[in-house]
Amino acid sequence: MAYERRHDGRAADEPRKITAKAGVIKKADGSGYFKIGDTAAYAAVYGPQECHPAWMRNPKRGILRCTYSMMPFSGDGERVRPGPSRRSKEISMVTEKALLPVLDLDDYPNAVVDVFIELPETDAGSRCAGICAAAIALADAGITMKDVVPAVSVGQVEGTLVVDLDGEEEHMDENAAADIPVACIPSTGEITLLQMDGVMEPEKLLRALDMVRPALDRIAEAQRNAIKERYAHSAGGGAA
Amino acid sequence: MTKVPLVMSQDRKQHLIKSLEAGVRIDGRKKDEFRPLSIELGVSSTAEGSALVRAGDSSVIAGVKMGLGKPYPDTPDSGVLMVNAELLPLSNPEFESGPPGIESIEIARVIDRGIRESHAFDAKSLCVEPGESVWMVQCDVMPINFDGNLIDLGGLAALAALLDARFPMVGGDGTVDYHERTDRKLELEQLPVPVTVGKIGKHLLVDPTQEEESALDARLTLTMLANGDLCALQKGGDEPLTRDDIKAMVSLAGEKGKELRAKLLEVTGR
Amino acid sequence: MELQVKDRDVVVPGQVVATGMEYLPSTGTYRLGDDIRANRLGLMKIEGKVLKTIPLAGVYLPQKNDVVIGKVIDILMSGWRLALNSPYSAVLQVKDATFDFIAKGADLTKYFDLEDHVVAKVIQVTSQNLVDVTCKGPGLKKLTGGRIIKVCPHKVPRIIGTKGSMVGMIKKATGCKIIIGQNGVIWMEGAPDKEYVAVETIRLIEELAHTTGLTERVKQHLVERTGVDAASLEHVEQEEEFGGSPDDRPRRYPREEGRPERGPPRGSSNDRRRRPYPARPRRGEQ
Repeated sequence: MAYERRHDGRAADEPRKITAKAGVIKKADGSGYFKIGDTAAYAAVYGPQECHPAWMRNPKRGILRCTYSMMPFSGDGERVRPGPSRRSKEISMVTEKALLPVLDLDDYPNAVVDVFIELPETDAGSRCAGICAAAIALADAGITMKDVVPAVSVGQVEGTLVVDLDGEEEHMDENAAADIPVACIPSTGEITLLQMDGVMEPEKLLRALDMVRPALDRIAEAQRNAIKERYAHSAGGGAA
Repeated sequence: MTKVPLVMSQDRKQHLIKSLEAGVRIDGRKKDEFRPLSIELGVSSTAEGSALVRAGDSSVIAGVKMGLGKPYPDTPDSGVLMVNAELLPLSNPEFESGPPGIESIEIARVIDRGIRESHAFDAKSLCVEPGESVWMVQCDVMPINFDGNLIDLGGLAALAALLDARFPMVGGDGTVDYHERTDRKLELEQLPVPVTVGKIGKHLLVDPTQEEESALDARLTLTMLANGDLCALQKGGDEPLTRDDIKAMVSLAGEKGKELRAKLLEVTGR
Repeated sequence: MELQVKDRDVVVPGQVVATGMEYLPSTGTYRLGDDIRANRLGLMKIEGKVLKTIPLAGVYLPQKNDVVIGKVIDILMSGWRLALNSPYSAVLQVKDATFDFIAKGADLTKYFDLEDHVVAKVIQVTSQNLVDVTCKGPGLKKLTGGRIIKVCPHKVPRIIGTKGSMVGMIKKATGCKIIIGQNGVIWMEGAPDKEYVAVETIRLIEELAHTTGLTERVKQHLVERTGVDAASLEHVEQEEEFGGSPDDRPRRYPREEGRPERGPPRGSSNDRRRRPYPARPRRGEQ
């Protein structure tokens, strides 16, 4: 049985409703907020700043350090224990790899750019929302980067390819489901995050990557507008 | 965890005190003036209840999660409510990642104490099956942007989130279905509102910013009930307080407690 | 073959600012195929065919001859370490600290103690951003009393204004003493209520730094808040472009003109190869 009509009425390649803001955390050097459907992420950038511990320093260029964390009440079920887990550590790592290719940290030898990502609510796609918020925060912090980094998932529900699965769709199909979070550099089309949970034919993967592109472009636009928006009103943007 | 406890240099502090003598705080407020306060409910769809409290540049989020668990053996028919706090490194450059430090533990315990000691709610109402199953209510409080006064703002956020909370559905097999929510609310009989009064030199002030906190000689958190009674106290800071200080702090906190309570009632529609 | 933006537009990373080969990328922009795109948040500056941006955010990078306000964070064997509101801290050597003689083994905290703020001048920045500062020179000193605020270092030129016109206005209206470090640290001292007005005004400038007609806005604000006569603030010269005059030159930004001052390039030429940016356009390219 094919999944023809999405349960929330979206088109197959349509992402959920997007809200993006920059400059939401005044104490940070740069910050972003990104909400897609019921998944929301705050990101704060501190730095470039002096790097501790010293052994992590790179004398040739600055390093990027991301920390992804779910707030204890942001899970779909029971309370999530605060503090790092295997899952959050892996996501922090892939977030770093997703963002690093656009950054130029050559002018900051020995320094670190710290990115903290916190999610107050999640309904699937939390690592993508985190990357989207982090890219806004990095740009807001004035860091040299050749482009923003949008991220969203594409997947398969009952054999049908759909973009930006929500929690319900992720759990709809026990057997033929697949979920692929993707991040890209919009100007070159290069992919900087690619993971998959589930099973899929190889040809379908390439189709999925083509299909997710318009959604990524749309997110990139939302990210860029969020940063500009901060300077649009002379009275300043809203705080978190 | 903070890197080094932030302490303002004596020189700067003397200047700040001079300014307080003229009745002007570093952000232009009066000594007994709270920053403009806003409370927003339902900020997290995954929490059973949530709230975002803002005062000036400080903003604090609180979320409530409810689950079923075994009661403690000595109170087989009582549910559990617990407040946790975490100083997110996201919210301030001074905070570092790691297990909760003493600052966050103190914040959580002071908020917790107010709720517990005021008998804000009937723990027995959280009992599902004595000795077997009771509701465990966990309230997590954390700053998103930290600019001081986390105890008061966190306490308000916790109360607002608890008022916003709706119990989730319990399935036939006795497990919680988090996707379905009932209309049942937590029955809060008291709203214990914490008010922290800080002391710099001989000056008392409310709602200190982070910069002011770095100059505090002492502080006293007084948790206020609707009738003006106190239900929890916590003294902080390195310097002692005199009896006169405490008298003045009690009266200041009484006044501010009323203001904060009015705001909370207005927003939650109680 | 056309511009996609206007002068003084706010541009963001990845945004196409021009298409075709007619224009040249410079600081804050790069070429990708037929397009020129922005690679940082900034205010567009079109200089003929050259497309630049003026940064709107970012940290302070020490540059030789900058006058900065540092905070003593460590007492060293023969000097002090100063935090500069930057990823890189500076060392103030005993020999550069004062014209007085300081005996070997003297208690250095008598001169500068922990948490003290100091106006200092950057005398050397190495390729690894090791920084030396001096306190010998006019206006360089320890700051006593007063208060410290921090602003975005890229907005310092705007706060100072052409030939100091903007800060001059604030000083005149509020009667405060104000010292502005190039690193975005500002010291001020004055009557408590007036001092707050000065802070408020500086925050206003910071927020509106990218807009035009700022001088008028600031003047109006000062008149409203202090009740001074607008005419008394009239001596101010005509406002120039953001970062326009030599006095308020734009801050050095990654690979800006200021770089040669920073000593020899770091590492071997191989280190630079991995930069994820296309090379600067060659002269013949247009």
